[in-house]
Amino acid sequence: MTESDSRVRRLDHPVSTLIDLTAAEAAELVRAGDLDPAELFEAYRSRAAADELNAFTWVADGPPAPAPSRDAPLGGVPLAVKDLFCTEGVPSQAGSRILEGYRPPYTATVVAKLTGAGAPLLGKTNQDEFAMGSSNENSGFGPVLNPWDRSRVPGGSSGGSAAAVAAGLAPWAIGTDTGGSIRQPAAMCGIVGLKPTYGACSRYGMIAFASSLDQAGPLTRNVTDAALLLRHMVGHDRRDSTSIEFPGEIELPRSEDLAGIHLGVPEELAGDGVAPGVLESFNATLRLAEGLGAVIEPCRLPHAPHALSAYYVIAPAEASANLARFDGVRYGLRIEADELTEMYSRTRAAGFGAEVKRRIMLGTYALSSGYYDAYYGTAQKVRTKIAEDFKDAFTRFDFIVTPTSPWTAFELGSKTADPYAMYLNDFCTVPMPLAGIPAISIPSGLSDGLPVGFQLAGPAFSENRLLSAAHALEGAIGFDGSGPMTGAGAEVSP
Amino acid sequence: MIDREQVLHVASLARLQLSESELDRMASELSDVLGHIEKMGELDLDGVQATTHVIDVVNALRADAPEPSLPVEVALAAAPDEVSGGFGVPSPVAKDD
Repeated sequence: MTESDSRVRRLDHPVSTLIDLTAAEAAELVRAGDLDPAELFEAYRSRAAADELNAFTWVADGPPAPAPSRDAPLGGVPLAVKDLFCTEGVPSQAGSRILEGYRPPYTATVVAKLTGAGAPLLGKTNQDEFAMGSSNENSGFGPVLNPWDRSRVPGGSSGGSAAAVAAGLAPWAIGTDTGGSIRQPAAMCGIVGLKPTYGACSRYGMIAFASSLDQAGPLTRNVTDAALLLRHMVGHDRRDSTSIEFPGEIELPRSEDLAGIHLGVPEELAGDGVAPGVLESFNATLRLAEGLGAVIEPCRLPHAPHALSAYYVIAPAEASANLARFDGVRYGLRIEADELTEMYSRTRAAGFGAEVKRRIMLGTYALSSGYYDAYYGTAQKVRTKIAEDFKDAFTRFDFIVTPTSPWTAFELGSKTADPYAMYLNDFCTVPMPLAGIPAISIPSGLSDGLPVGFQLAGPAFSENRLLSAAHALEGAIGFDGSGPMTGAGAEVSP
Repeated sequence: MIDREQVLHVASLARLQLSESELDRMASELSDVLGHIEKMGELDLDGVQATTHVIDVVNALRADAPEPSLPVEVALAAAPDEVSGGFGVPSPVAKDD
């Protein structure tokens, strides 16, 4: 093979070399002509097709058509997409049996933007049904296994996306976050997850859970990949009236220090109830931040302990309205009956899983006559107080930092019997979506061999500053996430 | 607290048929979750404005002009029942027999 040939055609890299590349590195090599995007796609496609973690609900059966342009900004680096994003002609089931086999007639804006920028669809990832869950055990298509320890959950609801990235079955992925569904699985799988400011990314074509909270965001191996993916996700979309033009462009973070950065540590979210091993990793990360020049002080978010209550009224209330559309008429499952209401009730009984039924019931109750003010009205006022707490804190601090999840990945089945115990997973992550602000989780180390996540939250539209700070911290932490990348998918060539 | 009768009423509002065992379990699980949620009632929220939208945006308006939309056959492609170019549903009135 001549040198010029080798620059345009297959280099036959060993798969292990290819999956060692971060998404941004792979995109750069493709754009420089040093890597064939078809080879990269096939390497990941074959790994994803041999997925042993149940991370994927659908995997592409061949190369993308049309092939992405070599000079596209995302360099043909394949993308795993959470099942609830509508993808034209491709199963989009939101983890629910009520949508089994559903192939939508259109594609979500965020997915269309990313494929347009050169990140072809690799597969759809498993999730908790309609994004309701913190462990992925609520999927209608079986739980996802954590690649660090297959007897444990990957977190949720974007658990398939997180597990796929952590296991090197996908170079990067997107998910959605309503109360922590990007950040918490990212933490439990040892990867980076970012929930953008509400409105930064279009929700068009996302199968809705709680419309005032849902946001799409990246799940990636590192902060730079998150920035690169997010750059091509944000923007106003006339099909989503709540979307807003992002002020400026998402930049690739370069910062190596935190000089002059003020970090607030809220006692409400970083003390009681957090597992000792998680707290240890959190405190070690604070010391690293200090070493990088950050000023660290305690702060108060007095209403944060009530965030979970407000969230578990608002999210189920919105879900009960959004999920009314699953009625056996226009798409999905239908259980026949002689009478219309009977058909609705039977279809929904057969199609929804236990947690989805619980949240529909909770939301319907909270919105029903006589209870609306006590529940929904109160929750929306608590939400105002939570947003004010953050606003006050951001007058003194650049970012609020907390552990992402109170504990590391837990054993499959260990929390399914007690719904409220499961809801406590979201304790540190629900206040931010209630306030509409962005937050990122980065891996801060291991506790008993399991990843711990460190969360930074900033004011609305502070994504660039947030990514910069996370990048600096990531460098100081030096987390090695390569452990689970062997063995979870297809055999890695020598 | 929420009892079995209330669960039945809410389930009918939600168009959700629940089995006998689901009814009992739902009553106890919802009561437990509501017990935790109700702690927010301890807060003094007098005069606090309820959040309607977290980000400062104004109403999005557009011209009321027809635009191309999904062809009928595409919109109907996933429908469980199609009747003369529309979605087929069972009778909204129960049969008497």
